[in-house]
Amino acid sequence: MADGQTNGKTPKLDKLDKGPWPSFVKEIKRAAEKNPMSKDLLGQLELSYEDKIGHWKHGGIVGVLGYGGGVIGRYSDVPEKFPNVAHFHTIRVNMPAGWFYTSDALRTLCDIWEKHGSGLTNMHGSTGDIVFLGTRTEQLEPIFSELTKEGFDLGGSGSDVRTPSACVGPARCEWACYDTLKLCYDLTMEYQDELHRPAFPYKFKFKCSGCPNDCVASVARSDMSIIGTWKDDIQVDQAAVKEYEDKGLNIQRDVCGNCPSKCMDWDGKTLEIDNRLCVRCMHCINAMPKALRPGKERGACLLLGSKAPIVEGAQLSSVLVPFMKMEPPYQELKDLCEKIWDLWCEEGKARERVGEFIQRVGLGNFLEAIEVEPSPYMIAHPRDNPYIFYEDYFEEGDEEDEDEDGDE
Amino acid sequence: MSEELTVEQVADAMFKMVKDAMGQKKLKPMDLQKAMIEYYGADKCDKKMCKAAIKSLIDSERCVYTYFGGSFIEIPHREGAAND
Ligand code: HEM
Ligand code: HEM
Ligand code: SF4
Ligand code: SF4
Repeated sequence: MADGQTNGKTPKLDKLDKGPWPSFVKEIKRAAEKNPMSKDLLGQLELSYEDKIGHWKHGGIVGVLGYGGGVIGRYSDVPEKFPNVAHFHTIRVNMPAGWFYTSDALRTLCDIWEKHGSGLTNMHGSTGDIVFLGTRTEQLEPIFSELTKEGFDLGGSGSDVRTPSACVGPARCEWACYDTLKLCYDLTMEYQDELHRPAFPYKFKFKCSGCPNDCVASVARSDMSIIGTWKDDIQVDQAAVKEYEDKGLNIQRDVCGNCPSKCMDWDGKTLEIDNRLCVRCMHCINAMPKALRPGKERGACLLLGSKAPIVEGAQLSSVLVPFMKMEPPYQELKDLCEKIWDLWCEEGKARERVGEFIQRVGLGNFLEAIEVEPSPYMIAHPRDNPYIFYEDYFEEGDEEDEDEDGDE
Repeated sequence: MSEELTVEQVADAMFKMVKDAMGQKKLKPMDLQKAMIEYYGADKCDKKMCKAAIKSLIDSERCVYTYFGGSFIEIPHREGAAND
């Protein structure tokens, strides 16, 4: 078709609608039966596939009064062809901690969105937010006021604290070493200004996982990862271990054999764990949940500096504080964050995440400025510390010898 | 100087900065804060005051937050991309 108008036909998109798996085309088509925005969205997308080019422009100024985040502006660059998607802004709505809803709450959200937007949602974006896809500028304030009336608020976007997120934690999971939901809610409320009024060099994400299984992938996706852990010994129910063996689990091979620290031993009667060597990887606990559980002295490990840029690939956060108690009012955590922000706001470059900032200034200088003592626990991976250098171990001339080993 | 510096005075000074820079340089909240503290001196004007001044600029609709790869503070205007 010369003008790409497609006459409501979308042969290229239709190919993505075949097969048994979920398809966004199928969903947009369903929405298009009722909603002209979704109909034009299909048309514009088909045109993009024909032209092999995106037909969206960024809008940098749309938002609601008083907030610098929560709305991401998009305009069509072919509005004459697809007038119903001339504006197609995205709204981020702060999800409840742990993503627990009543069906009433979901209906409320959908009703608001069908009335004022495309009706298309993304539950949830990788920020964790409820994502409303596609509305017009003049609908933003009405949507915002209806959302807030129902107790919802917008989430973060731009150079601000992004909507904090948390795993389901103690609400459903026996492994939670602290109350992730409570912390997530507390941080969200404490940092309302930082969330809605962007004042940082770039985004800052908090993600709260209750244990090292890290179900919200905080180690890869948040500037500040707060991951539950324990200090004392793994709790063992020896009778229950035996039961696993009786039911066919090969404990020596599949549990002890896969322990990254090789600090476990099973003699057919007793499971021995050398807890001094355990790196809290969760493997054995995941394998025998009935027999093993995290220790009793619980808190969280704080890691700093991850990001997942599309081009360069992920950078994982590394340990900043090996263990901190996580109990309200979380003052120690907040004091630390505020010191980090002060420094990063003062010295960080535009669009420099805190992890990149640390790489640029060096961890030593960074720690000194936020008044945290360097420690060998500040690892990037278990047993791997890229920062701490034991000068005492080296005599003059040693560095040369090291080069000759060929491993840098 | 005898008079206490007020939040509104800081807001006015920030507004002038944003207005003068318009079309040439986009300013970030931190740019405004640093400039104010330097101009008035750290003993009279601190971070808290600057935060309050920015809040006043935004809530009074004299300025808006914008996003172009990072967040900025600008005078409200119609942007090029808008299909109004
Ligand atoms: C080749 C084209 C594109 C690529 C590679 C791309 C890539 C991405 C990626 C990787 C994310 C993060 C994923 C997530 O947060 O769930 C994202 C988020 C987003 N994209 Fe795109 N995108 C593209 C086109 C578009 C288009 C056409 C639009 C709008 C019309 C758009 C709007 C957005 C929005 C609003 C978000 C944030 C969603 C959220 O909060 O979760 N993108 N994009
Ligand atoms: C048909 C192709 C693709 C599909 C179906 C797809 C699907 C997805 C989905 C479902 C997510 C998770 C979104 C969420 O958490 O809400 C995601 C995230 C993401 N995608 Fe894709 N994707 C595709 C292609 C790509 C491509 C080509 C790239 C990069 C060149 C990309 C980069 C990313 C990134 C960076 C994220 C965010 C990861 C994170 O922060 O969790 N995707 N994608
Ligand atoms: S991160 Fe740990 S505590 Fe949280 S849901 Fe996953 S397994 Fe449970
Ligand atoms: S948690 Fe991991 S490292 Fe610790 S004993 Fe179990 S398998 Fe080994």
